[in-house]
Amino acid sequence: MSCVQTIQDYGLRSLGFGERLLPREGFTLCEQFTLIGSGIIWNVYFGALALAAGFLLATVLAVAKQSHNRWLRKPAEWFIFIFRGSPLFIQFFFAYFLFLSLKGASSFFNPFTSAWLGALIVLFLNTAAYTGEIFYGALRSIPKGDIEAADAYGLSGWTRFRRIIWPTMLRLAWPAYTNEAIFLFHATTLVYFSGFPAWQQKGDALYYASYFADKTFNPFVPYPIVAFYFILVTLGIIAIFGAVNKRLNQHLPQEARRKLRIRPQVIR
Amino acid sequence: MFSFCSDPDALDTVRWFSCYLTTGVHMSFYVAFFKVLLLLAVTAPVALGFGFLGAMAARSHFLPLRWFGKAYISLVRGVPDIVFFLFFVIALDQAFEWMRHQVLCPGWDQPIWQGNDFIVCQAAKLPLGTSPQWMHQTYGFGLAVITFAIVFGAFAANVLFGGMRAVPRAQLETAEAYGMSHRQTFWRVLVPQMWVYALPGLSNLWMVLIKATPLLFLLGIEDIVYWARELGGTKTPGFTSFPHGDWRMWYFLFLLIFYLGFTRVSEVVLESLMQRLTLGQATAGGEAQRKAVPR
Repeated sequence: MSCVQTIQDYGLRSLGFGERLLPREGFTLCEQFTLIGSGIIWNVYFGALALAAGFLLATVLAVAKQSHNRWLRKPAEWFIFIFRGSPLFIQFFFAYFLFLSLKGASSFFNPFTSAWLGALIVLFLNTAAYTGEIFYGALRSIPKGDIEAADAYGLSGWTRFRRIIWPTMLRLAWPAYTNEAIFLFHATTLVYFSGFPAWQQKGDALYYASYFADKTFNPFVPYPIVAFYFILVTLGIIAIFGAVNKRLNQHLPQEARRKLRIRPQVIR
Repeated sequence: MFSFCSDPDALDTVRWFSCYLTTGVHMSFYVAFFKVLLLLAVTAPVALGFGFLGAMAARSHFLPLRWFGKAYISLVRGVPDIVFFLFFVIALDQAFEWMRHQVLCPGWDQPIWQGNDFIVCQAAKLPLGTSPQWMHQTYGFGLAVITFAIVFGAFAANVLFGGMRAVPRAQLETAEAYGMSHRQTFWRVLVPQMWVYALPGLSNLWMVLIKATPLLFLLGIEDIVYWARELGGTKTPGFTSFPHGDWRMWYFLFLLIFYLGFTRVSEVVLESLMQRLTLGQATAGGEAQRKAVPR
């Protein structure tokens, strides 16, 4: 079977298209590359959507945590502490079994027990908490002069936030936020290892990699393939976030611009 | 465990729970918490040791050693998280068995990798097929500890390397001016001062390490996640005297609270440690402490 045929059969296997049965023996390198590559689609799906939704909630959380009103500050502090203080792995398990119990009470919760929604919600809340803390730190380190200048121009309230505080916060937070984005994409590998079942063998990259590793007793091929794909994804994130970083810093003199420093981290 | 536990069906709620939570399997669950603590207690110093050696290697004057240190740091930090954990345990296992195979079975003529299978002679198996169950568990736990130590050692090496570089240059120059040798400068001036710079990074790492412990489950250890899944599942009256529905949610809620409490305590302890280390240092924090002391 040629490699083109394999790609046609398994290229979209993780979404349920193409050949139904996974390869069972005589695993070729092409099959491993194709299936693991099709699994990456799910990682990108989880990462991109959680990041986009988490960004909005994180902004709200950061503003709430900085607020002087304790009815706003305390819930934000607790939210951030709960999601940053416990392992994502346990959060996945807890959420899965919580949704499973809720499913028994009402059929409205049926989709929540499948990974595409349930795991996405957990990832969304988790990244919102981590990003919220980053944004909060950035809010606190906005130069005093910037805010005073805004006041002097007669900006206040919402206008001041939208025109001055928010863009400066993003600019200061962006290098750390880039790391958080990379970190989140790495964390998407946990989805199929933590409760949420892979229905009809539609899984993510690591799901297929461990399938191959179990079948062949050889971890030296599938896991490096996963690593390869993740390095590609990481480079993509760095390119996109780097472009945004440039945009955010474009008004500054050359030497005052903040460079992106990529610091990968282990599991959260 | 208690004397009134012989007939669970007749008990009221409080007594039922006091019996239920002290059954033999629940004891295994509680022991699993000690496994987590043991893993942390063993891994943290070993990883710190690896990190110290890595950082020393990375700033060595001997070129190959410096390359080795830098390669260790950037290689482990660059590879995605969990892939490393899954990969390393099998790779280490095969490496150990391969080495034992070379030593113990010199007359072996078949290839070790037969197609996709990894086959070594019986004597080289780790642990031996005849050894008791606890040996297998301990071996698996040992592999997990080594994996954690290697991965976190690289992160610690990076933090310590940064800490060593952050010590003010003038301190080292003063030491040299007093006629100290390289080694004396390193041990008497650099090492005592670097901790205050390294501690924020190290405490961050400790938090990450705590949160990485549930990965033991993925490495096939019977840890708290394993037992929470086992014990929480629906129990029917035919198989146990304590039947209940699907309680896995509550077990994982308990684990969640355990981890939250653990990280909270760690935060408090590390903060007070930071206060102590800052004392008398040439940093903003140390200066603030000096001024706060009434004279």
